[in-house]
Amino acid sequence: MGKWTRRAVLAAGGLLGGGLVLGVGGLAIAPNRLGVRRKEEELPQLTTWLKIAPDNSVIVVVPHCDMGQGVPTALAMMAAEELDADWSLVRVEEAPADPIYANGYLVPVFVPQLADPPALFARGLDYTSFKLSQLMGLQVTGGSSSVRGTGQFGMRMAGAAARSMLLQAAAQLWQVDVRDCTAKLSRVVHEASGRSATFGELADAAARLDPPHRPPLKARTEYSIVGRPVPRLDIPAKVNGSAKYAIDVSLPDMLYATIEAVPIFGAKIGSVDSQAAESLPGVRRIVRLENAVAVVADSYWRALKALRALQITYTTNETALADSASLFERIASTINEDAGKAIDKAGDAARTLERASRVIEAEYRVPFVAHATLEPMCATAKVDGESCEVWTGVQDPLAARKVAADALGIDPKNVVVHNHLLGGGFGRRLPGCHDFVEQAVKIAKELSPTPVKLIWSREEDLRHDFYRPAVLARFRAALDDSGRPIVWSSKFNGLLAGDRSAPRCPYDIEHRDIRAYDVAHAVRVGAWRSVAHSEHGFFTESFIDELAYAAQEDPLQFRLKLLKNPRHRRVLERAAELAGWGQPLEPGLGRGVAVVESFGSVVAEIAEVSVRDRAIKVERVLAVVDCGEVIHPDTAAAQIEGGIVFGLSAALFDAITIRGGAVEQANFFDYRLPKLADAPRTVVEFLKSDAPMGGLGEPGVPPIAPAVANAVFAATGIRLRELPLRLPG
Amino acid sequence: MNVSLTVNGAAHTVDVDEDTPLLWVLRERCGLTGTKFGCGVGACGACTVHVDGEPARSCSIPVVAVQGRSITTIEGLGAERLHRVQRAWIEYQVPQCGYCQSGMIMAAVALLQRIPQPTDADIDAAITNLCRCGTYERVRRAIHAAAAADLTRADHG
Repeated sequence: MGKWTRRAVLAAGGLLGGGLVLGVGGLAIAPNRLGVRRKEEELPQLTTWLKIAPDNSVIVVVPHCDMGQGVPTALAMMAAEELDADWSLVRVEEAPADPIYANGYLVPVFVPQLADPPALFARGLDYTSFKLSQLMGLQVTGGSSSVRGTGQFGMRMAGAAARSMLLQAAAQLWQVDVRDCTAKLSRVVHEASGRSATFGELADAAARLDPPHRPPLKARTEYSIVGRPVPRLDIPAKVNGSAKYAIDVSLPDMLYATIEAVPIFGAKIGSVDSQAAESLPGVRRIVRLENAVAVVADSYWRALKALRALQITYTTNETALADSASLFERIASTINEDAGKAIDKAGDAARTLERASRVIEAEYRVPFVAHATLEPMCATAKVDGESCEVWTGVQDPLAARKVAADALGIDPKNVVVHNHLLGGGFGRRLPGCHDFVEQAVKIAKELSPTPVKLIWSREEDLRHDFYRPAVLARFRAALDDSGRPIVWSSKFNGLLAGDRSAPRCPYDIEHRDIRAYDVAHAVRVGAWRSVAHSEHGFFTESFIDELAYAAQEDPLQFRLKLLKNPRHRRVLERAAELAGWGQPLEPGLGRGVAVVESFGSVVAEIAEVSVRDRAIKVERVLAVVDCGEVIHPDTAAAQIEGGIVFGLSAALFDAITIRGGAVEQANFFDYRLPKLADAPRTVVEFLKSDAPMGGLGEPGVPPIAPAVANAVFAATGIRLRELPLRLPG
Repeated sequence: MNVSLTVNGAAHTVDVDEDTPLLWVLRERCGLTGTKFGCGVGACGACTVHVDGEPARSCSIPVVAVQGRSITTIEGLGAERLHRVQRAWIEYQVPQCGYCQSGMIMAAVALLQRIPQPTDADIDAAITNLCRCGTYERVRRAIHAAAAADLTRADHG
């Protein structure tokens, strides 16, 4: 018995109609059969593609979705940089959801240095959330991994390999030494003879060459595209209404569906009285699924009206009935009685606590929160015999393909997924959360072969999310006589599988005891932008602030004294400089700081908060980021700006509460998101850094809630330990 | 019933239930999908269009109420040449996922028609659209830039 392994692979070939196509991906290799390809699963999964057409255009095929993070542009920049392409000739396409996505006559070769991440990258890789071997060959967009994964290992390699082949093709054509040929702005030039040719002219000849084993990559000092704020390729279509999201799909004869799933977690549908609904105009079918009822009509509005006319009863399982208050009681007793699962243990925390002269304790809570993407869940499906097409917007179209195939009991090969722009993702559209795709194909099967577009109402979206878990955390620390913490202990529930880095203490404290507890409940949970860092950033950075005040030290200096990692110290010091830390603020204002490392990036945020009539308003936020190399500075800043607002939603506004086993909130009236008037002025700065590349989609989120809570304490002397932050009346 | 509408200058007659919200008529019957569905209760502003030049949340207006009135959607805003607000949106690279931006732009255009030089407080009060990606700071900057463009270029387009 051995483990399946993956090797990176590079493949090149000709394009139909002329040109060069080149792919980078992974190859799964069975144990003890290295390099021997016998099964279909062992075919290379080439997900990163570069095409050079005879008209000299460059098409970069990106295996990630666009959910607003700007990744398609950043990835294309990385490929174009290594290719020495003319940026104005570069276009981006999203890869289709196909595990092979390869032409039969491609020539694959192994790229040995990619079998293991190069040392530079390996240093900072967080293997719990980011595994090269998993990323290669998958089509997931998540874990803030696109640029540091696909970009570093796929795009750069594809661009460099294509460039090598084009240079080689030119040298052969002109019968000159390849070392005398140079590539620039999508042309190969041989200066001595004055000859030159476009990449497009050379593409056919290049396609007949074997791809290189080790294409040379550029040094950062040679960059002409990467690191510059080029205009994003997706934005023009997003200002004139032409950008197409899944909800915009229109097919001939298409019908519309909307749905109501059982609102009580764990309950089942009892009876459905559809008599009134069926008699309404335009209604074509009432479809009963295992735990949901859908109405199919000739318009969304008619489907919605009929859905509201249905009389549905539920059979509830008594144990499923729960409310948020009783859940927190259950968590509180579990983490008292049970031994839990050790996340980090050092020294002897229990004994040191017993003997310590100063023990500080605090309990924090965060509620369930919803992703609330502005585009509600939707998918269009057309089922025809043993085949199916799906039009949707997901963070992993390959997973959606499998969901559709399983729902219909057909081979995934017979399912085509057309992925669209996502009207927000934030984790809601990750694999494991494609319930709306499953529903859409099951509904479409009943209407086969007519295509059906399923659109969830906002109410359905808020009540059937995969929520960030509700978490209760209990902290204990001991200070020595000098005020230095010597024990850090925490117990909490709700840690999603595999996410063990978030609860660790970044401060240099000798005795540590960090334990996670499982508390089962019926509410669906999932990854919410920054996953466990969103709550653990709040806990850890609030508690260290409490310790600073207990030690009667400045919260910034206290942190700096206890941080060993120079990246953490540098971002803190720079943020303090930008904020004028230590300078007095007007009365009613407070300043709070937090620093959190997540997804390979370190972010310090300082919030300036005003408190008037118990209302908390965040006036200004200064964010300093160390994410290693920055590919696209403006998009990078946009991700941090957006992350701050997203984090503020949980810090100040959002809570999903459960009563009678169901979500209480219905729409944006009672699930309030930040508006423009709530958005702080933000200053974002990136430090020059040689650290391994980190992610950016998520790391802006975790520091904001604690920075705001700490600022509220500075302004009022009131320590708030529960999100959303509310001052007592 | 048959309802006659003028959308982006073109006449449409559609046979729909009279309580159908304008949003769904635009999207499903007129093929204008730039106007988005976000909440269905007028709370998020993704469906913002102009009715006789005034901003309106089309998910909460029965189509019968706008019969015979002039409706402008995002598609009609910069049909010939991008509106200065759209140009400012590109200059400041405002959109992220982009889903809310049609409504956001329509709200911004309406604000500038009413208050050509809005203060931050004016913007806070007028732009109540939701953006889950958190583009608000750039929205604010782009509105100021579009207002300034009006001054310097005397550009009303």
